[in-house]
Amino acid sequence: MVVLEIFTYPDERLKQISQPVQRVDDALRTFIAELEQTMRHSPGGVGIAAPQVGRFQRIVIVDVSAKPKIANHGRMILVNPEILSWEGMVKGREGCMSVPDYTGNVMRAERVTVSALDEQGEPREYHCEGYEARAIQHEIDHLDGLLFLDRLVSRRTDLFRRKNYGEKKRRRGEGGATPR
Amino acid sequence: MSKQWYMLTVVGEDRPGIVARVTTALFEGGCNLGEASMMRLGGNFTIMLMVELEGSDGELRKLLEPAARSLNLHIHIDGIKGRLHRHLEPDVSITVYGADRAGIVARVTGVLADAGLHVLELDSDVAGSRETPIYVMHIEGHAGEGIDALRSALKLIERDGIEVNLQPVDTMVG
Ligand SMILES: [Zn+2]
Repeated sequence: MVVLEIFTYPDERLKQISQPVQRVDDALRTFIAELEQTMRHSPGGVGIAAPQVGRFQRIVIVDVSAKPKIANHGRMILVNPEILSWEGMVKGREGCMSVPDYTGNVMRAERVTVSALDEQGEPREYHCEGYEARAIQHEIDHLDGLLFLDRLVSRRTDLFRRKNYGEKKRRRGEGGATPR
Repeated sequence: MSKQWYMLTVVGEDRPGIVARVTTALFEGGCNLGEASMMRLGGNFTIMLMVELEGSDGELRKLLEPAARSLNLHIHIDGIKGRLHRHLEPDVSITVYGADRAGIVARVTGVLADAGLHVLELDSDVAGSRETPIYVMHIEGHAGEGIDALRSALKLIERDGIEVNLQPVDTMVG
């Protein structure tokens, strides 16, 4: 088993923009296997992006199937992924293997449609929702040099999501809804 | 003297610039800052701040004296055993709201504690109008006996006419 070293912030290389993959071949598949082993080695890790291990190519892996009771596509290898459409926004908590010892709330689209090449170089399209959609958006951000830290929202944001969506009230201007 | 962590509490009438004044004084005095929580509560400035210093609590107090005097701040200092990197992950988020009434906080947190909730963060507010105030509370915590235990406990509260929303927090790590 190969476990690659994961760059951790403040390593500036995590801010680098990754380049599209030109050719899906055996060498790339070998790297993808190592990237997957690295992801699975990390406790709780459900996704990884190539730049996290210092390879600045547009490759991400997502597999949320170990989580109980959520919609998923199993193991997804996404080469040159592109989000074609977004729908809905929802707040959720995220952490990152490249940002140890910190988690925070981030708004993400609730549903996304993603196109990508698979590890055979075949074009694929996925409709993802919820936790899986969140993981994909988090990983694709890595390809653009973005961390979840760039998207943190206040813990008070979206207080009454879902059940009371229509009743969501604006807080008064005074009284300190804004954290310092 | 070796480095020691203190919990610094500062309270005073709120006005712009307090955080900057306090933290500048700490920085210039050679302190290292850790986790902090600052809130405006009822028009008051409040902050709890982990401060690391190679020195006594008396020395820390002295660093803050000029700022405290000019801004009329109350300062409280405790030596603490805690340190950084001891985060506990919340696995549940609970929002409670309803007409404000005596005992609502004790009632809700009591029921939740009995069902195994460890509160990690809590903020609450009284909003609405003066005549008909409403109470809003948001809790993030760890469900020591599982989410279902909390769900059944909250049914008791809903029967009292208090609105409760519980959402599991499933942190995505990638
Ligand atoms: Zn990440």
